[in-house]
Amino acid sequence: MEAVLARASKVAAQAEVFTATSEETSAQFEANRLKHVQTRQSATIALRLIKDGRIGYAFAAGPADPQALVDMAVETARFGMQARFDLPAPAAYPNIATFDRETPAVPIERMTGLGEEMIAAVRQHTPDVLCQAGVSRSDYSVSIINSRGGRASYRKSIFSLGVEGTLIRGTDMLFVGEGEMSCCPILNTTTITDTVRQQLELAKSLAPVPSQPLPVIFTSNGIASALVSPLMAAFNGKLVLEGASPLAGKLGEALFDSKLHLWDDPTVAFRPESRPCDDEGVPSQRTPLVEAGKVSSFLYDLQTAAMAGTRSTGSGSRGRGGLPAPAPSAFVIAPGNTTMAEMVSDIKEGLVIEQVMGAEQGNILGGDFSGNVLLGFKIENGKMVGRVKDTMVSGNVFKLLKEIAAIGSEARWVGGFLSTPPLYFPRLSVASKGQG
Amino acid sequence: MAILETTGQLAESLKRSRADYIEARLEESESSQITYRGKELEAAGRTTAVGGNVRALEKGGWGFVSFNDLRELPDRVELAVRQARFTGKEESHLAPAPPIVDTVPVDVKNPLSISLAEKKQLLDEYNEIIWRTPKLQTSVISYGDSYKRVIFLSAQGSYVVQEKAGVTLRLTAVARDGSEVQQVGLSLGSPGDFNQIRGLHQQVKEMAQHAVDLLAAPQVQGGEYTVVLDPILAGVFVHEAFGHLSESDHVYENERLREIMMLGKRFGSRDLDIIDTATLPGLRGSYKYDDEGVPATKSYLIKEGILVGRLHSRETAAKMGEKPTGNARAINYRYPPIVRMTNTYIEPRAASFDDIISEIREGVYAKNWYGGTTSMEMFTFSAGEAYMIRNGKLAEAVRPIMLSGNVFTTLHNIDAIGNDLDMNQGGGCGKAGQSPLPVSNGSPHLRIRQCLVGGR
Repeated sequence: MEAVLARASKVAAQAEVFTATSEETSAQFEANRLKHVQTRQSATIALRLIKDGRIGYAFAAGPADPQALVDMAVETARFGMQARFDLPAPAAYPNIATFDRETPAVPIERMTGLGEEMIAAVRQHTPDVLCQAGVSRSDYSVSIINSRGGRASYRKSIFSLGVEGTLIRGTDMLFVGEGEMSCCPILNTTTITDTVRQQLELAKSLAPVPSQPLPVIFTSNGIASALVSPLMAAFNGKLVLEGASPLAGKLGEALFDSKLHLWDDPTVAFRPESRPCDDEGVPSQRTPLVEAGKVSSFLYDLQTAAMAGTRSTGSGSRGRGGLPAPAPSAFVIAPGNTTMAEMVSDIKEGLVIEQVMGAEQGNILGGDFSGNVLLGFKIENGKMVGRVKDTMVSGNVFKLLKEIAAIGSEARWVGGFLSTPPLYFPRLSVASKGQG
Repeated sequence: MAILETTGQLAESLKRSRADYIEARLEESESSQITYRGKELEAAGRTTAVGGNVRALEKGGWGFVSFNDLRELPDRVELAVRQARFTGKEESHLAPAPPIVDTVPVDVKNPLSISLAEKKQLLDEYNEIIWRTPKLQTSVISYGDSYKRVIFLSAQGSYVVQEKAGVTLRLTAVARDGSEVQQVGLSLGSPGDFNQIRGLHQQVKEMAQHAVDLLAAPQVQGGEYTVVLDPILAGVFVHEAFGHLSESDHVYENERLREIMMLGKRFGSRDLDIIDTATLPGLRGSYKYDDEGVPATKSYLIKEGILVGRLHSRETAAKMGEKPTGNARAINYRYPPIVRMTNTYIEPRAASFDDIISEIREGVYAKNWYGGTTSMEMFTFSAGEAYMIRNGKLAEAVRPIMLSGNVFTTLHNIDAIGNDLDMNQGGGCGKAGQSPLPVSNGSPHLRIRQCLVGGR
């Protein structure tokens, strides 16, 4: 790493080396049985340099010759974008816990035991459900050094587990599932299996749905599967700068329901998306995005911030080994004060949406979403009466979030990147084949 | 050639190991990427990757170890065997596959040998066309190419070296009017031939204009419609609505799904033939051997409307008492091979486009794609462009639509198949965290009755 930086510094005005190493072990269950145990080791190195004012970039997975890496980066710098920023000088980083030494130490036997436990609990409720489960632990290390003396490094552990069940009757298929992630070992599976058992219980009967606008409650999982991608794009400083975000030029405007508070937070202890600095070595911060319905800021990396005339929010992310670009770490929606039970009892005819399939395949930029309700429940007269099928929901995230009937009091993490309570909307377009 | 130097040692370790079955893959690749956002080239980058894996099977349980540190290979082999022993408690089943020794070079010019300057010049031309369109907000172009060598080794003596190349291009035009944002994309690809992404100037112009036109287009009313799909979108439809269900790893350990997917069952009309094959030259899903060293085949999945075949790995074939089809594929060395499609298509019939739309009083013509997915029972796929059909004629443009249906009934609802098969090379397939895998899919124009369309 030092050798690459030294060589790059000879030919470029500024240079930065980013390395990431990881070790991951996972156990996977298929058709109710342990099927695979896997280990993945990986080491990568990325070089970014500024030469003649332009950005050059090279990336290598596995063994790489330092000079070849420098040559590739120099070659691309002839065509790269004009650099508008300086690499970070030495900085003080917040102390954010992301590593638990218990995590890499969980024995494989314990991991497979957790998988067996989840499958047994789900099948105890419904014996003919076919389960897949996964339990994994990983250990990451990240280091960043640059020619201006900037230095950052951290270690992160991640433990994740989940179970999915498929129940087939004739050609009717029901899909249920739940998972959790943390930097610490998750050794209690009951939260996950209780959720899945409740899904199975509620799905015992089918309920017909009319094709008309209906009140809907999106659960935390439902929000993650249908609503969050357009939001994440809309607050991306790069899309704002280009004017491709519908929020561009709307800073300070009340575009959302005044009950809505949203922020990006890489600083929560032991969350998988937390870190002391971003992928450029800029210190992590909690960034407010929506305060009482008003757009309060956007997410920036160094280059985009410089172009927009503002400061980096510590949101530079390298994605799959590319150049840093603005990206959210974890979105947090503040809980309200209405319980799920109160929301359901408020609805005469409507839906609870737990999983939408295909919602992210439309015009995400514009906020339009449309998808098939893979797991959802019908509400009649204040009670969940059964599962819905052959039903599509469609809408626009930005229009939907202008009028929220109630924000749930029970927030939870979904997939590491979102913490949200359920959200209750007064109406959403529903199209259904309608059989019960 | 870092990996060639290690194959001897690795082959020795494999031979010495004790497992029901053991194999290894080594891989090295180089790639380049160019992206534009707005008027400017945003990033150019170069990437190299070297790595490998060992996969072992013992008593029906798999161990898998991937690495990109090539030292201590015998330890990796031993770890994979240990993991397989820990996992397996039953019996191993693998369909026989004779050991193969072969070298398969690519027959195109390495796209990485074309200079960045030449690539940039072509992309500049396309971007200028997009920006000449009035009311355009921004553009995104992402170009990528790759060249890789994969070596497959097994304890039985297989030694297969395959070279693979790829070129992909995605262009997106974004139009905006106040808080309305619309986008239209164009995706192309080829197994390494850069020339296939030249000469798209007219298509790029139409794409940009369509993004602007969409700002004023209404949204379709949600409900059931007769829809006509263009060959590109119909290709996505066949991939999502049927292709994934024919992947045997979904079926082989699922008794109920096996009953549903019984060979001989009728899935569509007598006019419907669906094929998957990796043997067609010039397509992104093609190869000579899959990642278990099994030769590629041509598989009829549906013939005259009847389910006649499915896609297999060696394990799924053995467990279902069928022949392996050479469909076990891994996206790269970090993953084990799983059952995947290659080039999947519907055979053309006689109907012209005019025949297909002439009887429709009110329907939707859907073109181009954003994406698609399936749950096995239900599928969704989204069109990049859509138009109303009124009284047998194409009418006004509407906002892009999402279509959804039931896998088991929708194929029966195809009641017209066109004469104009075209393959879409611009897509990639995702499954079990492995995405995007190079595949192609295609179809002639299709007419489907009673298709569920999401809308206002």
